[in-house]
Amino acid sequence: MAAAGSSTTKITLHYAVLVLLALIAVGPFCWLVSTAFKSGSENIFAYPPRFLPAQPTFDNFVQVWQKLPMLNYFINSVVVTFLTVSMNLVFSVLAAYPLARMQFKGQKAVFMVILSTMMIPFQVIMIPLYLIMLKAGLTDLSGKTASWIGLAIPFGVSAFGIFFVRQALVLLPKELEESAVMDGCNSFQVLWHVFVPLITPTLATLALFTFMSSWGEFLWPSIILSEPGNFTLPVGLVQLQGAFSANWRLIAAGTVMAMLPIVVFFIILQRYFVSGQLSGSVKG
Amino acid sequence: MKLRAYLPYVYLAAPLAMLACFFFAPFVWACWISLLDYNQDLYNPRFVGLANYNRLLHTPAFWQALQNTFVFLLGVVPAMVTLPIALAVLLNGQLRGISLFRALIYLPVVISMVVVGLTWKWLLDSNGLVNYLLSLVGIAKVNWLVNPDVALFALMIVSIWKGMAYYMMMYLAHLQNAEKELYEAAEIDGASTWQKHWHVTLPHLRPTMVMVAIISTIGSLKVFVEIYVMTRGGPVGATKTLVYYIYERAFERLDLGIASAAGIVLMIILIVLSLIQLKFSGEESSTTPKPTRNLKAGV
Repeated sequence: MAAAGSSTTKITLHYAVLVLLALIAVGPFCWLVSTAFKSGSENIFAYPPRFLPAQPTFDNFVQVWQKLPMLNYFINSVVVTFLTVSMNLVFSVLAAYPLARMQFKGQKAVFMVILSTMMIPFQVIMIPLYLIMLKAGLTDLSGKTASWIGLAIPFGVSAFGIFFVRQALVLLPKELEESAVMDGCNSFQVLWHVFVPLITPTLATLALFTFMSSWGEFLWPSIILSEPGNFTLPVGLVQLQGAFSANWRLIAAGTVMAMLPIVVFFIILQRYFVSGQLSGSVKG
Repeated sequence: MKLRAYLPYVYLAAPLAMLACFFFAPFVWACWISLLDYNQDLYNPRFVGLANYNRLLHTPAFWQALQNTFVFLLGVVPAMVTLPIALAVLLNGQLRGISLFRALIYLPVVISMVVVGLTWKWLLDSNGLVNYLLSLVGIAKVNWLVNPDVALFALMIVSIWKGMAYYMMMYLAHLQNAEKELYEAAEIDGASTWQKHWHVTLPHLRPTMVMVAIISTIGSLKVFVEIYVMTRGGPVGATKTLVYYIYERAFERLDLGIASAAGIVLMIILIVLSLIQLKFSGEESSTTPKPTRNLKAGV
């Protein structure tokens, strides 16, 4: 074993590297926040740069809030994300249940067919999907509610989600459903009262990752939305650049506002994000 | 449990119907659209067989996009496979506060790509913070997003920065699974820290490396949002990738036939690359000696 002295140096060095890496990861966002609080009279391109605003102000946030329907963006994002996550949970459980716990003709084939959708990139199907949505009246040309559904529904079911839940269900012991059936449960009651409570951690992980990708989704909403009031946060944010022609104080303020909810969410659930991916990747 | 024969299908009906509507039907339709010409009349496309594919092969912009995509992929994938391993090793210890560092380093994964793109566009401004920091070590000003020679490189850095911690977590999960006895054996044999990682950690992580290679390859082939936000494919097409090309053809030029043909090409590339990597991994794992043997040979 190394001597105590050299091991202290080692630990200090370890911390130094970690601090540097954390700075690289978080620093860019800190700089954005700092820019968002700088007043109009402060030169944001000052050389050398000032890391803290000289006279911190909320002006930029107020201006962005007044000029863009930020609240609408936020509500749209929340609704669409909620719809996407709920649909994913329901459909994943429904499909995974028979695949994991029953035996039937064509079981393997059905599973393979489901998995094969993972090979189809969204970019291939987005054009016909757009045409389908137009025909079905699920773009924002048919109103806000329609656009919410249109934004969520193509991501309402995913092969990954079904696979992920199936893996969790397969591992549960056979005796569980046997005793439940003895107690007079039908198959749905077995699912709802026995299995779902047991796989809650898996479902929470699935919910979290669906939430993340749905909240950040840009391509699809940018295709089917045309009315600014119906934009989700990512689409609205891209408008910042046009709306404020490279006024970085305002762009930064808007971006910080959009970032805030997810950062708060992350701080609260940070443990689950990290451990969720840890467990997910071992199983997957 | 006694099953009625139709019962499984009752559960499967809704999810399968969804998949049919939002995956299989649009996929078949996309294949069909790739055989149509929309240039004469958008509402009355003409059947042209494989002409769109032929046109694609004779379009320099398509080849340029393909080239940019592969340059991006060749830069990003090796970085994603290797760098997060070092990160995972650093974050695997029992140090006090390690979970705080994990969370901080994971933050870019959680933040959406649009936010990340805007943040970095500001940082990479020619009078921005990155150039200032580089000037401290004597590197001259770089026009990151304006100079066609470096724009794609800048986008690669941003993508690596955003995605790295995601793969780090995959490695970390497997590191925490690594058998403690192997490390103890290595220590008893007098292996240094580097030897331990080289002979124990790396062989243990090999299957994960293949997974990371496949996932990051798929991600790189589909790169779009950071480009849309930061450069719009410019300057002079230097950052126009395959998906950007598809998007532009479809939704700006309304040339749906060509866009769909390019989409099918993207899918074929994606499947071929995944299969190659999977096959490669299969051969690797059957010829790789067990970590323990490797260790004895090394120490």
